[in-house]
Amino acid sequence: MINLENPKKFQGLVDMTRQVSTEMFRPISRKYDRAEHTYPKELDTLRALLEGMNEGDPSGGVSASGGRSNKQQTGNVNGGNISTVLSVAEACWGDTSFVLTMPGQGLGNAAIAAVADDEQMARFGDKWASMAITEPHFGSDSAAVKTTAILDEETGEYVLNGTKIFVTSGERCDVVVVWASVDPSLGRAAIKSFIVPRDNPGLELVRLEHKLGIRGSDTAQFALVDCRIPKENLLGTPEVEVKKGFAGVMQTFDNTRPMVAAMAVGVAKASLERTFELLKEAGVEIDYDKPAHLQIGAAAELLRLESDYEAFRLLTLEAAWMADNRKPNSVNASMAKAKAGRGATEIALKCVELCGAAGYGEDELLEKWARDAKILDIFEGTQQIQLLIIARNLLGKSSAELK
Amino acid sequence: MTVTERGMAYGIRALTRLAGLDVVDRLGLREPANRALKRASATSFRTAGRVGRTFAATQKRADPGRLKPETASKSAALFDLTPTDEQQMLQDAAREFAAAEIRPVAEQADHDDKTPDALLASAAELGLATLGVPEELGGAVEERSAVTSVLIAEALSHGDMGIAVAALAPAAVSTALGLWGDADQQATYLPAFVGEDVPVAALAIQEPRPLFDPFALRTTARRTADGFVLNGVKSLVPRAAEAELFVVAAQLEGAGGNGNGTPAFFIVESKTAGISTEADPAMGLRAASTAKLVLEDVKLPAGALLGGAKPEVYREAIALGRIAWSALAAGTSKAVLDYVIPYVNERVAFGEPISHRQAVAFAVSNIAIETEGLRLVTYRAASRADRAASFAREAALARRLTADKGMQIGSQGVQLLGGHGYVKDHPVERWYRDLRAAGIVEGTLLV
Repeated sequence: MINLENPKKFQGLVDMTRQVSTEMFRPISRKYDRAEHTYPKELDTLRALLEGMNEGDPSGGVSASGGRSNKQQTGNVNGGNISTVLSVAEACWGDTSFVLTMPGQGLGNAAIAAVADDEQMARFGDKWASMAITEPHFGSDSAAVKTTAILDEETGEYVLNGTKIFVTSGERCDVVVVWASVDPSLGRAAIKSFIVPRDNPGLELVRLEHKLGIRGSDTAQFALVDCRIPKENLLGTPEVEVKKGFAGVMQTFDNTRPMVAAMAVGVAKASLERTFELLKEAGVEIDYDKPAHLQIGAAAELLRLESDYEAFRLLTLEAAWMADNRKPNSVNASMAKAKAGRGATEIALKCVELCGAAGYGEDELLEKWARDAKILDIFEGTQQIQLLIIARNLLGKSSAELK
Repeated sequence: MTVTERGMAYGIRALTRLAGLDVVDRLGLREPANRALKRASATSFRTAGRVGRTFAATQKRADPGRLKPETASKSAALFDLTPTDEQQMLQDAAREFAAAEIRPVAEQADHDDKTPDALLASAAELGLATLGVPEELGGAVEERSAVTSVLIAEALSHGDMGIAVAALAPAAVSTALGLWGDADQQATYLPAFVGEDVPVAALAIQEPRPLFDPFALRTTARRTADGFVLNGVKSLVPRAAEAELFVVAAQLEGAGGNGNGTPAFFIVESKTAGISTEADPAMGLRAASTAKLVLEDVKLPAGALLGGAKPEVYREAIALGRIAWSALAAGTSKAVLDYVIPYVNERVAFGEPISHRQAVAFAVSNIAIETEGLRLVTYRAASRADRAASFAREAALARRLTADKGMQIGSQGVQLLGGHGYVKDHPVERWYRDLRAAGIVEGTLLV
């Protein structure tokens, strides 16, 4: 039976997350936007709180892994993917940067959750894991990895060399999941991911970036110089399967695209809600019965923005619902990510415009959200990469045909 | 001589005169001239209201029948995009009908400004007009299902929006009677809609002026000692010339707090004195044979007032109409997507399919994204209506998307085919015209 309301069983989780956002994130949001690179120590308290929540919540609670598996269930399933997008959206309504730098819930954790074996889960499952993919010479083209991981047969160690940039929570994490090639001559199939402990002497923190937004979350650059790690730290299989190729490492992203879309839902919702409040004080409210063109321009504009928000919010829920019900959702995940990323950016920027100097100034958080939002149109696959994924799927084209 | 009669007389005189001129034959203009005359006669003649059947109550009931909201036990409180088995069946039937019956005749129907009668008869056999009728009154279902109507409208519109409008127009009237009719009104009019010979009927709200506000109508209803008198002009009314029954929205004078009256619905039989129609061909929706409905001192009995002029009834109708148009837009948008995919793959330029270019491929992706978004927002509005939850906001959001994205998708569809999209060898130019309507028209259809 068709129903597009948020499932009632996750209402408690949503309410709880909202409370965390309201009482913990919002009050310190501006503080860490100004004090970039300072660790928000308040998050440690939250980590303890969340761990308690997750233990008590059979639905899996707030987690970056996007719900690793569902129990065998028949009929309609609303599981970990839906609960995750709902809670991530609510948390990003509070502050996106804190969600990105949530202790213990880095992108590396999603990778570990997706492919680690039992032994690796035991060693790294409770570590805060960041993800190091990007290098100075490439962004979207993940197959262009130049960092190498050469096996030293004598010691049974991989030796990593290269430079990694844009590592979220790189300074704060316990381990870094590093993408490196075991044999650059074999192309993308040879790219594997490796767990590198943060205190490894071969992993040098070069610098922290100064960014447009999400300043509460640190973004690190690393140099890997003869960085030695046990071969057991390789995630997945060590064999280079040329035919299977890149699919393994890219698998991680199937679960994370709806999550980034959910972040965009949260930022857009924050911007819209605050703009509704401020415009109401100024005497402007949307009349949902009256045709848009008969309303004051600001109300008509808000209606347009809200309709776009509703569309990508539901696209995000749909992608998560499909994952919960084991329907292939690659296209839908990309549709949600593409539209939510660009939509949230437009909404946040337009809300600043509608609120004028009040929206542009630092007295409000609207200008911060407008800066934060832009990253959601970029990371985890830019809008353009998502459009490529969708188009290749719909048109039946390979990456060689549709470049 | 009434205005109508004068118009008809003039039209016939002009036609006869032109037809007698040799020059028409000499210049080889006979055929084009005849076509133009046919068009001119269609547009300039007002025709008197159709002499329709006599609607009379056969059975009296004490209370009106009503569809129930979706029951709580059935609607498990989970997010779900799977239709019920019954909905799936109806959707499949509508899809099949759209592909096999509607799409093949869509171009001709657009050209003729008319959907073939045989097609409309088969469409009626699908039971479209019974969806909004409670089971106790001969309808098909027990529970309200705006979602079912949305699924069907979407499926039909994938075949052709104009034909979908023509086919669904009577259902708007039966749905209105099912939702808001009193026992007498239902007993008088509904049996015809669940019978074999479904009357042509239309819901007329739209008026021909810029910045039209459905809540401030220029069509007026004045109370008299024994009923009402209506005056005004309605536009874009589907199949109005052949309709037997209308539900007309008019501003009921003297009602409402501000002295401006309040919009209300009236049941108007087409044979009532003072009713005339005038062809109102438009940019698109041509298969729906849209016409103006002219009301000149139309006297109605007191029992013609539908829904008691309650503001909430009128608001609900406007929102339900917007959802219906969004459903149509979602269906036509999907038709655009399904059409452009093979086209851009097969069309070769500079030595390779044009789909190998991002500028082309991304346009396809964006059509897919916006179509899916529009569909979901529309479904949500309809499912809230079924649950008796508030849905005016959701309907407004669906409408905004329909106006913005529907138009973009129509335009992109033509753009992707280039010059070929601009000519009638391909249906995209028709979809371009139809999609513009979906974000504009108020009422006409209900879900």
